[in-house]
Amino acid sequence: MTPAAGGLRALFLAPAWLTMAGLFLLPIAVVLAYSFLTRGAYGGQDLPWTVESYIRMWDPLYLGILARSFLLAGAVTVLCVPLAFPLALFIARSGRHKLLWLNLVMLPFFTSLLVRTYAWMFLLRDTGLVNTLLLKLGVVAAPLPLLYNDGAVIVGLVYSYLPFMVLPIYATLERIDLALLEAAADLGERPWGVTRRVLLPLARPGILAGAVLVFIPSLGSYLTPDLLGGGKSILVGNVIQNQFTTARDWPFGAALAIGLMLLVLLLLRWWEARGGGELG
Amino acid sequence: MSSSRPTRLLRASAGLVLAFLYLPLAALMAFSVNDSAATVWQGFSLRWYRELWQDSSILAATANSLLIALASTLCSTVVGTLAAYALWKQRSRLLLSTVYLSLVTPEVVMGVALLALYQAVFRFLDIRLGMHTVILAHVSFSISYVVLVVLARLRTMDATLEEAAMDLGATELQAFYRVTLPGLAPAIAAAALLAFSISFDDYVITSLVAGVDSETLPMLIYAKARRAISPSVNALCAVIVVVMGSLVLLAQRLQER
Repeated sequence: MTPAAGGLRALFLAPAWLTMAGLFLLPIAVVLAYSFLTRGAYGGQDLPWTVESYIRMWDPLYLGILARSFLLAGAVTVLCVPLAFPLALFIARSGRHKLLWLNLVMLPFFTSLLVRTYAWMFLLRDTGLVNTLLLKLGVVAAPLPLLYNDGAVIVGLVYSYLPFMVLPIYATLERIDLALLEAAADLGERPWGVTRRVLLPLARPGILAGAVLVFIPSLGSYLTPDLLGGGKSILVGNVIQNQFTTARDWPFGAALAIGLMLLVLLLLRWWEARGGGELG
Repeated sequence: MSSSRPTRLLRASAGLVLAFLYLPLAALMAFSVNDSAATVWQGFSLRWYRELWQDSSILAATANSLLIALASTLCSTVVGTLAAYALWKQRSRLLLSTVYLSLVTPEVVMGVALLALYQAVFRFLDIRLGMHTVILAHVSFSISYVVLVVLARLRTMDATLEEAAMDLGATELQAFYRVTLPGLAPAIAAAALLAFSISFDDYVITSLVAGVDSETLPMLIYAKARRAISPSVNALCAVIVVVMGSLVLLAQRLQER
């Protein structure tokens, strides 16, 4: 490459570096600094430097919320697998319409997280579609409490992040040599056995990648638990937001944000160590 | 070949999952043209759409959202495209890692981090939260998407074309501008549409860094969703689904070209 190439490259990279450094790395650094400060008398943060916020994180109350977040995100991830697998398998085998089906799966994902979450509020609330139908049909006498609980949050998160499970599973199934499946069938394996003993193990890397892609945004989610959990189903993301708004304890909120960030990075590391490779 | 075509069971289960993905949105849209405030079908009516049109707060929020999305898309598309081109010429692990890191950062963390930064800057400058802080925040989270979409396209392109142009006397800038950029146009348009839709939809980060004059459409929908139910929210959501859906379809079309 000519020396001039270096000049143009630097010129082209500069705005991106400026943005990423100024509006991403710097804010994270500020949060890191705040997490070691003391809460100010009127909110905000003040000297002296302290690790108080990090000690407070080990309070059973917050450990409990963290455990809940893990459990909920785990449940979402596990539920996504049996939903995504048949869809991914179907797409992998739909011949020349593959792209069309893939786009169909991705379309709801790109059309507004807020609207998709609101759609579930419309379905699940006391006067919502599901309860209205059940009442009309005489199945129940009073509306069921479907909204504002963990179940609603799990459904909403599964609904939001299912495409993230479908895509990587599809990508691995797509690459599987069909001769392997035929061989298994020729050797007397029934279709269900082929799926369970040949197809599923071969699709493992895709399922694992999907699990990471679903688990991480679920763990850090804020909007879905806020709207569908209605304050009763609180995840770590909601606690962070609350510390920066209503509770006005920025150092503690900052420490929680750094903690969540570290957890996400650890999860990615663990996944990479298992041969996951780069995301994206 | 029995195992290569979808069986009836597979078709049925895939159909059910697709129904799960689409029915909630379909129900929402169906009841947006219902002539009743209750969730009971009473006949076709566009009254909720008329109500939308007459609601000045919705129009103002839409204008804010459009302005923010257009401004941030313009910035992130230009900056992101230039960066993707430079990364294609020569990888930079550091910048790519930063891009990936920003993609896996939970939105709420990104939001409070930007809020903390703004607050720290405001100590020294006489500025407040407003449209400008929201636009900057949106630029910061949409750049990564632009970089990845444009870079993916560049990786399918032939690098020797530029060399040929330069052998024939083009400067480096001319080679970029006349040879590579025209071929990149569909990918850049797709990236811009993606950035636009992500910006237009964002609630979590926006709500943390917005000022009194910068209420966006998602913030308004959120407030209405938290409060009582008005089917006009269904109508608003239906409009958003249709507009965003069309944009995304257009972006997918462009990327396949």
